[in-house]
Amino acid sequence: MLNTAMLHLPEIGQFALILAFIMAVLQVIIPLFGVNRGQLWLMGYARPLAVGQALFLVISLVLLATSFVMDDFSVAYVAANSNSLLPTPYKISAVWGAHEGSLLLWVTMLGLWGVAVALLSRSLPLDMVARVLSIMGMVSVGFILFTLETSNPFARILPSPPQDGADLNPLLQDFGLIVHPPTLYMGYVGLSVAFAFALAALMSGRLDAAWARWSRPWTTAAWIFLTVGIALGSWWAYYELGWGGWWFWDPVENASLMPWLVATALLHSLAVTEKRGLFKSWTVLLAIFAFSLSLLGTFLVRSGVLTSVHAFASDPERGVFILALLGICVGGSLLLYALKAPTVASVGRYDVVSRETALLVNNLLLVVMALAVLTGTLYPLVYDFMGLGKLSVGAAWFNTMFVPLTVALALLMGVGAMTRWKSDRVSRLGGQLWIAGVLAIVFAIVVALLLSEAVNGSVVLGLGISFWLIFATCADVWKKSRGRLGKIPSLGVSYLGMVIAHVGVAVTIIGVTMVSNYSIDKSVRMVPGQVETLGDYQFEFTEAGTIDGPNYTSQATRFNLYKEGKNIEVLTAEKRRYHARGSVMTEAAIDVTLFRDVYISMGEALEGDAWGMRLQVKPYMRWVWLGAIFMSLGGFMAVLDKRYRRRQKKEKLA
Amino acid sequence: MHPQRKKRLHLILFLVLAVASAVGLAMYSLSQNINLFQTPTQIANGEVPPGRTIRAGGLVVEGSVERDQQGLGVTFRVTDGQSEVPVFYDGILPDLFREGQGIVALGEVNTEGLFVASEVLAKHDENYMPPEVQAALEQAHQDGKAQMEAAAKEASY
Amino acid sequence: MNRLLLFIPLVIFALMGLVFWVGLGIEDKTSLPSPLIGKPFPEFELGVVEDGRTLTTKDLQGQPALVNVWATWCPTCKAEHAFLNELAEQGIRIIGINYKDDVMKARDWLKAYGNPYAYNLSDPQGKLGLELGVYGAPETFLIDSEGIIRGKHIGDLNPVVWESLGKQFGEMQ
Repeated sequence: MLNTAMLHLPEIGQFALILAFIMAVLQVIIPLFGVNRGQLWLMGYARPLAVGQALFLVISLVLLATSFVMDDFSVAYVAANSNSLLPTPYKISAVWGAHEGSLLLWVTMLGLWGVAVALLSRSLPLDMVARVLSIMGMVSVGFILFTLETSNPFARILPSPPQDGADLNPLLQDFGLIVHPPTLYMGYVGLSVAFAFALAALMSGRLDAAWARWSRPWTTAAWIFLTVGIALGSWWAYYELGWGGWWFWDPVENASLMPWLVATALLHSLAVTEKRGLFKSWTVLLAIFAFSLSLLGTFLVRSGVLTSVHAFASDPERGVFILALLGICVGGSLLLYALKAPTVASVGRYDVVSRETALLVNNLLLVVMALAVLTGTLYPLVYDFMGLGKLSVGAAWFNTMFVPLTVALALLMGVGAMTRWKSDRVSRLGGQLWIAGVLAIVFAIVVALLLSEAVNGSVVLGLGISFWLIFATCADVWKKSRGRLGKIPSLGVSYLGMVIAHVGVAVTIIGVTMVSNYSIDKSVRMVPGQVETLGDYQFEFTEAGTIDGPNYTSQATRFNLYKEGKNIEVLTAEKRRYHARGSVMTEAAIDVTLFRDVYISMGEALEGDAWGMRLQVKPYMRWVWLGAIFMSLGGFMAVLDKRYRRRQKKEKLA
Repeated sequence: MHPQRKKRLHLILFLVLAVASAVGLAMYSLSQNINLFQTPTQIANGEVPPGRTIRAGGLVVEGSVERDQQGLGVTFRVTDGQSEVPVFYDGILPDLFREGQGIVALGEVNTEGLFVASEVLAKHDENYMPPEVQAALEQAHQDGKAQMEAAAKEASY
Repeated sequence: MNRLLLFIPLVIFALMGLVFWVGLGIEDKTSLPSPLIGKPFPEFELGVVEDGRTLTTKDLQGQPALVNVWATWCPTCKAEHAFLNELAEQGIRIIGINYKDDVMKARDWLKAYGNPYAYNLSDPQGKLGLELGVYGAPETFLIDSEGIIRGKHIGDLNPVVWESLGKQFGEMQ
C-alpha cells in the first residue's frame, strides 16, 4: 500500500504553505516600499510574488487533496473527515468539508485572484498594481498565519494513527457540496479585489473614474460567483436536506446573502462613480463593507463562533485570533477611510428625478436589506450576551422585512434603468412606462385568477412587480433599439447584460411567489399498494426494499407518479444509513419540469410495511434558480464588455 | 436656498424617513416574531402563557415515544433533567430524532400543558447538542444542585 | 463634508467589537467552571464494557484517575485515542465512560485501537452522562483518591491541553 507518511507529503504541503506565507509577506513589503520610494523596479516585484505565492498555495492544497485520496489517516484532518470507503470524488471534496481545509481553500483562492489581477492588469499604472497586490498580500498574510497557527490541516496523529477515518459528514457527500463551497468562496474572496482597489485608491488619493472603471469588472466577476454560489447552496439544501425547503434564513445562508446584497449595491454605485464621478466615499465604504461581510460570513460562521458562543469558549485561541484579524482588517480599512476619504462634496449636479437618484435609492434599499439580515442574524447572539435568554428570529421576520423592500426595489428597477443621467422628467418616464404598468397589473390579476378562484393578494403583488420589471425593461430595449430587432445587438454587451440580469430578478420573484403560495404538501402514513392524491397527481407506493451503496445501505421506497391516469414517472426515495458514523440521511425523489417539482421524501418506518411519507408539489420551483442563472449570465456579459479594455488603452496612450 | 440644494434636502429628508420607517417596521416585527427558548422546567412551572409560539427543547425521555395507530401523530416527553413536558407532533420527524437525543421544537403550549409542536429539529450531527438544550440542561443541573444543597442545609439544622 | 463624519463607520464598528468582546468575556466566566468541581462523583451502578461485571461509585476511589467520556460514534474520540494510549503507558489511570453507545461496538473499538482504560463503564442511555452534565463526547474529568471531581476538560485531550491538566493531576498524586 502506498503510504503518504513515507513520502512526507503532508510535511511538504505544510512547508509549501510556509513558503507561501513568506512570499505573501514579501508581496506586502517590497511593492509598497517601491511605491513610497518611487522605485519602479521594486513595484515590479508585485506580479511575480503574487504568482509565486499562489503557486505554493496550490501545491499545498493539492498535497492535502492527495493525502485524502491516498487515505493517509495519520493526518488528523483526513482522519476526521474521510474514510477508506468514501468514493474518490468525495475524498477530494472532503478537503473543504471542515474548518481547516476550507481555510486552506480560501487562502488558495485569494492567491489565484491575486494571479488574475497580476496577469490582467497590463493597462493599469504600475504603482496601482503594486498597491492593490500589496493589500491583497496583507489579507493573505493574516489568513495564512491563522491557518498555520490555529488550524493546520496537515497536523499528524502520531505515533499511532487510526486504522480508518471517521468519514465525511453524510450531508456533505453530494455533488452539490463538491461545487457549492468553492463557488461561494470564489465570490467571497473575489470581493477582496474590489476591497484592495478601494484601499489602493484611498492610499493614493486618486479616487477617480479610472479607479471605478478598473474595479467594475472585478466586482462583477466576484458578484457572479456569489450569485451562482448562493443559488447552488439553495438548490443543494432543497434536495439534500429532505424537507423541500429552499431557503431557511439560517446564519450560514444569511452570511452569504449579506455580501451579495452589498456587492449588488457596490456594482450600481460603481456605475455612478465611473460615469458621473459621484458617490465616491460611499462606493469605497461599500467595497469595505462587502469584503468585511464576506469575512464575517466565511470565518465567524464557519468556525461556529456566530452560531454558538460555546464554540468560542471551547476554542478560545481560534476565536480570539479570528476576532483580532477581523478587527485589524475592518478597523484598519475604516480608519484609512476616515483619514483619507475625500471631504469635498462631489462636483456633479443631479436632480431629484435622475438616474443618480434612482441608483442612490437602489443602494439604500439594498443596504437596508443587508442590515435587516445582519440584525436578524446577530440579534439572538446579542440577546444571549446580555443574559436575557435564548431566542431565535424566525423566517417570518425576515419575510416581513424582505417583501416590502423587494417590492420597492423591483418597482424602482423598472424605472431606474430608463432614467437619464443628471436630470429627467416624470412626464417623459410616465409616457414611456404607463403601458408597461397597466399591462403588468392586468396580467398579474388575470394570471392570479387563472391560478385560483379567490384572488390571492400576495400573488398579484409578486407577479405584478415581476411583470412590471419585465415589461418596463422590454419597453426600454424597444425604445433604445427604435423598435428594430436587428438593432438590439448593437446596444452593447453590458447594456444587454443588465437587461438579462434584471429579467433574472423578475424570474426569481415569480418563482418565489408561486412556490410560496401554491406549494401543496401532505404527510401521510403509507403501505405498499396504497395510492394517495395530491393536487393533480396520484402517488402509488409500489414497493419498499433496500439498496447497497458504496459506503451506505439505504431503505428505499418506489412510487409510480400518475397525472390524469397516465403514469408519468417512477420515483425512488431513499433513507441512507452511512456505515462509518451510523448516521441517517434522507434522499428525496424529485421529478422536475420547468413548471413544477414533485418531491417525495421518506419519514420514519412505522410498524409493518408502513412508512411515514411526505409528498409535495411545488410549482415553478426551478424559476427561483433560473433567475439566478439569468443574473449571473447578465453579469458575465457585463464583464466581457470590451469598453473597459479599450478605454484603458486610450488612457495609457494619453 | 439654492433650488438645487433645496431639492437635495428634500431627497435626503425622504431617504431618512424611509430608513426610519424601515427600522420601525423591523423593530415592530422583531417584537412579534422572535421565538423565545423556554426550558421544560419553565414550561412545567407554568411560566409560559398558552398560545404563544416558543421554542422548547431538551432530551427525549427514554420510552416516552408513542405513535398514533392511524396517522403520523406522535407524543413524547422532553426533559432537562429536572422537569418533563409532554409534546405532541403530527408530521415527519427528522432523521436524528431518537430517544435520549437532544431536540428543539417550535410550537405552543395548550391549556392542558401539552406542548403542540409545529416543527421538530434534531441536528444532523450526532456529536452536536443544540446549544439551547445544552444551556437548559446546565441550568436545571445547577438548580437541582442548589435545591439539594438547600435541603441538606435545612436538614442539618 | 466634515472629516469627523467619516469616522462614524469606524466608531460603529468599534462599538460592535466592544459589545462582542465584553459579551464573550462574560460568557467565559460563567460557563467554564463546571458546577461539579469540588463535588463528589455522582452515584451510579453500571456494567463494565469489557466483562459485564457491575461497579458502583465506591470503586472509583483509592487513587486519582482521569474519567474519560467517549463513544465509537464520536470522531474526536478517535483523534484523541492515541494520546490516551500514551498517557496509559505513562502509568496514568484512566477510567472510561462509554457514552450512549453499543457495548459490542465499544469492544471492537478497544480491540482495534488499543485499550488505555483501567475499565469502561457502559452508559448506553447516557444517564450518568446527564448527571455529569456531559454535553457531548469527548469530555474528561479529573477525580482524586476520594472520588471528588477536581477538574474537567471539554473536547479532546492532546499534549497542549495536558500541559495544564497533567500538572493538576500530578499535584493530586
